[in-house]
Amino acid sequence: MTLPAHARCVVIGCGIVGNSLAYHLTRLGWRDVVLLDKGPLPNPGGSTGHASNFIYLVDHSKEMTALTMDSVNQYKELGVFIQSGGIEVARTKERMQELSRRMASAVSWGIEPTALLSPAEVKKLVPYIDETVILGGFYTPGVGVVDSLRAGTLMREQAQAAGALQVAPKTEVLGIEVESGRVRRVRTTEGEIEAETVVITCGVWSPRVAHMAGARIPLTPAVHQMIDIGPVPRFRGAKSDIEHPIVRDMDTNMYERQAGGDLEIGSYAHRPILYDPEDLPPVEQAALSPTEFPFTQGDFEEQMQHALELMPEIVGDESVGVKYAINGILSLTPDGMPVLGESPDVKGLWAAAAVWVKEGPGTGKSVAEWMIHGESEIDLHSSDIARFHEHQKTRTHVRARAAEGFNKTYGIVHPSEQWASNRNIRLAPFHVRERELGAVFFEAAGWERPQWYESNAPLLEEFGDRINRRTAEWESRWWSPIINAEHLAMRDRAGLFDLSAFTIFDIIGAGALASVQCAALRQTDVPAGRVVYTPVLSQSGGFKSDLTIMRLGDEHFRVVTGGAAGMSDKKWFRDQLVRGAKLVDMTSSMTTIGLWGPRARDILASTTSDDVSNEAFKFGTCRTIEIGTLRVLASRISYVGDLGWEIYVPIEQGLKLWDTLWEAGRPHGLAACGIGVYGTTGRLEKCYRAHGNELETEYNVIEAGMAAPRVKEEDFVVKAAHLRHREEEPAAILCTLTVDDHRSRDGEKRFMLGREPILTRDGQRIVDRRGRGSYVTSAGAGPSVGKHILMAYLTPEEAVPGNQLLVEYMGERYPVSVAVAGATPLFDPENTRIRA
Amino acid sequence: MRIAACIKRVPITGGRILLTEDARAINTQHLGFTMSPHEECGVEEAVRLIEANKGDSVVLTLGPPEAVDQLRDAMALGIDRAIHLQTDGQEWDGESTASALLEAIRADEAANGPFDIIFFGNESADSGGFQVGIRVAYGLGRPCVTGLKKVTLEGSSVRCEQEVDGGRDVYVVPLPAVLTVKEGLNLPRYPSVPGKMRARSKPVAVSDPSRPAPRLELVTLAVPAGQGRRAESLGSGVTAAPAVVEVLRKAGVL
Repeated sequence: MTLPAHARCVVIGCGIVGNSLAYHLTRLGWRDVVLLDKGPLPNPGGSTGHASNFIYLVDHSKEMTALTMDSVNQYKELGVFIQSGGIEVARTKERMQELSRRMASAVSWGIEPTALLSPAEVKKLVPYIDETVILGGFYTPGVGVVDSLRAGTLMREQAQAAGALQVAPKTEVLGIEVESGRVRRVRTTEGEIEAETVVITCGVWSPRVAHMAGARIPLTPAVHQMIDIGPVPRFRGAKSDIEHPIVRDMDTNMYERQAGGDLEIGSYAHRPILYDPEDLPPVEQAALSPTEFPFTQGDFEEQMQHALELMPEIVGDESVGVKYAINGILSLTPDGMPVLGESPDVKGLWAAAAVWVKEGPGTGKSVAEWMIHGESEIDLHSSDIARFHEHQKTRTHVRARAAEGFNKTYGIVHPSEQWASNRNIRLAPFHVRERELGAVFFEAAGWERPQWYESNAPLLEEFGDRINRRTAEWESRWWSPIINAEHLAMRDRAGLFDLSAFTIFDIIGAGALASVQCAALRQTDVPAGRVVYTPVLSQSGGFKSDLTIMRLGDEHFRVVTGGAAGMSDKKWFRDQLVRGAKLVDMTSSMTTIGLWGPRARDILASTTSDDVSNEAFKFGTCRTIEIGTLRVLASRISYVGDLGWEIYVPIEQGLKLWDTLWEAGRPHGLAACGIGVYGTTGRLEKCYRAHGNELETEYNVIEAGMAAPRVKEEDFVVKAAHLRHREEEPAAILCTLTVDDHRSRDGEKRFMLGREPILTRDGQRIVDRRGRGSYVTSAGAGPSVGKHILMAYLTPEEAVPGNQLLVEYMGERYPVSVAVAGATPLFDPENTRIRA
Repeated sequence: MRIAACIKRVPITGGRILLTEDARAINTQHLGFTMSPHEECGVEEAVRLIEANKGDSVVLTLGPPEAVDQLRDAMALGIDRAIHLQTDGQEWDGESTASALLEAIRADEAANGPFDIIFFGNESADSGGFQVGIRVAYGLGRPCVTGLKKVTLEGSSVRCEQEVDGGRDVYVVPLPAVLTVKEGLNLPRYPSVPGKMRARSKPVAVSDPSRPAPRLELVTLAVPAGQGRRAESLGSGVTAAPAVVEVLRKAGVL
């Protein structure tokens, strides 16, 4: 075909993602969309063409589950979905526990029905399994197999038939031209196209294509091994592609599925085998396809044994041969999530990469919504391409984390599990002191942050019974009772916190105020020296983020946000900049120490001649003060609900600041406190919300209980939506609950960790009128209130203090009570401490 | 009964073949390896004969250390053991390959008795010299029949059907004999998983013969024009008709 000279949008890559994205763009009204691929159609040779094409529904990630469910619905509408059911089988007790966790996630995300099966019940559904090697299985009847190539073809053809899409196979992209930071033109082997928008949907090739525009897509091609054996006598005469449930042998990182008359055996168990996009052969040089590499038998030896153990009738049959074996190439990212959204490097250049068949159409639809409406119905913050910090986009990091993550594909991954590879990238200036104090480091945005300090172990004795001990291994993992001891030391005396992981950026210039006003919900036209905590709203009036903004001058605002969301927040603010405003990233120029607790003022006062009394230095204000020879910016706010300050200092003076405060604090019993206190215990007692937990685009400010009494007069992004939400009855209300009884059936005390379903007393799911189910958004100890605290959105009927409900955890149900409906803190509800 | 099958590790080509910079070898960067398809049939025939008549089957190759993969593949199909004449990866000409194999076969026969049949592929899939089987037969002083599409054991003889233009020539030769076979001789089986697992522990005798100065030198390779073109689906049913017409028009037949 002849390429048009101009296109509204060029989509590069005709796999499941490109096809569905192009379809949804046109469905939502775009015309002049062009879809390219260097390969032929219908199978251009990417990962879609050799995918095993089965879809399991339940994932611990809400975002992935939502994308998957949406995809299943689309595949069903296209008539290419065959429901087979799927069973994840367990060979170990640990896995059985994990399966009960998956049951809970299924309930949290509304995947029904599911069931835990005994070995005999598994055998009934999968008669060729040796049930003696398993302890049980997690059955999801809604699992199925799709024809992803057919689905892509149908979607592509619908868009073509509507006259909105032109398709150009065998058209290779040679370059993407960028002018003034904006994508302008795509050069191909068949000519040039001027384009307003370009989307990279070419899977394992995406980094290479992004590079043409000077952008980065952090993913790596990696091998997934798969063999096909047959003909299986039992499957002779099979009437469809699949008639028996797909089995995932979780403990061996393998799956077995019927494929017509054959059995397909796949593995994520082998050593990570990574490639660079440059290693992929050109289409015409590939023996099979560019993403089907020669099978390396040496990596599959154990897997044959494992498959034989589980399905001896088929795998052990001498008449059943290995007909096909490949090292299939798929995409891995450093954190296991897709790479979606507009590139922070180039305006108008979008990505939808590292997407698997199971979430393909849902992703295509969501990214199309995002491109056209500015936001997708499904909150995609964990997949946002803008989430990566600079070091996270390097080849070394991507490969290290992809390699480490590969074998976690079927792993039992603890919610707090830490990465082992490529650590110690970002160190606070006082890191050396933290090491001396026996800090146990967790990673945040590449920063090494103390989660707790082993040197605080003596505090355990001091606080004795006030500390809830955990005996169950699962909840004790990545946790220490010292966190609770540090918490109590802070509440009694004072705590010193490393807050280096903040992302900090300044908005300066003549347009600074207008830019900040546009991005923030709250009034930011405040006198210099004021600190404003504000939600940042998404297009629908949900939560894009929440953060603090300090006004440092007429045309100078400092935005401080968490490390995890920092980079996407930065892109968001940059996108709202008006003429005359500039964004300057200060993250690596400043370090931050938190000092909180009833003795915080005494400690700070002893280091400074500035007046830090309540009269002179009110809550919600900031100013420069002198601490010895250091000039620091002190900001009187708190995320742990106690008197104190965040103290900002140039990074090279951070160690001096730490030492000064530490020395000054000793007579007052100052304790170094980890992020276990800052992020969980201190926060939860105060019912403070966290982005990614309580605050997501799916919930609005009213539901989160964070509406201010008045709305500022100035305009801001989606003001209309916010005003509408204020008029509506909220569909859900964020509540704080406490656990009434922790004892499991065998008498052991258990402690929920988050994401568990909240049920009515008679065990029913709680679903609001917008279809959102109730689950635990955050969980953790409240040492000062002596309770284990859960947060959850409940329907208005259930959101009544004293209401008794259940939480499902590890296959059992525990009684919980609504303590607070809304934002009133459990601890110090009058907020006397922070205002002291 | 004792049967040997000689195989060669060759690249699996499907797409356009790339040559190395000096144009004296195939660039195998993106390629997998297999045994030549003719030899697959030789291996299959050997396995069938031993299954029917009992005895000992051996697979031999001369090739780089990685050629052990092809030996294991043959053993996964049912061959009992392997002899690996290991090279440093350089291509050997037919004469030196045959003489190294001959030496290995003689040594094995001295210890275990003569092979009733030694199978070769009619020619290797890559260099296609058509020589090695014949040279080995000559060295052993045994009859050799080439290009076989059917092999039938008849007592102490073997009936061999050779494909020729317009029909088949049939030879009956006494054992022991050397037979070079072609794809189509039989339909080789796929290896079973138990077969693959057994192959892991079957014995491989490794030796490293020294490469004599080649008397035949490969000067250069050339890729024929048009090689590597792929079939493409133009669609299905009535909707494909315009595309077909377009192709025919371009080809000048309409």
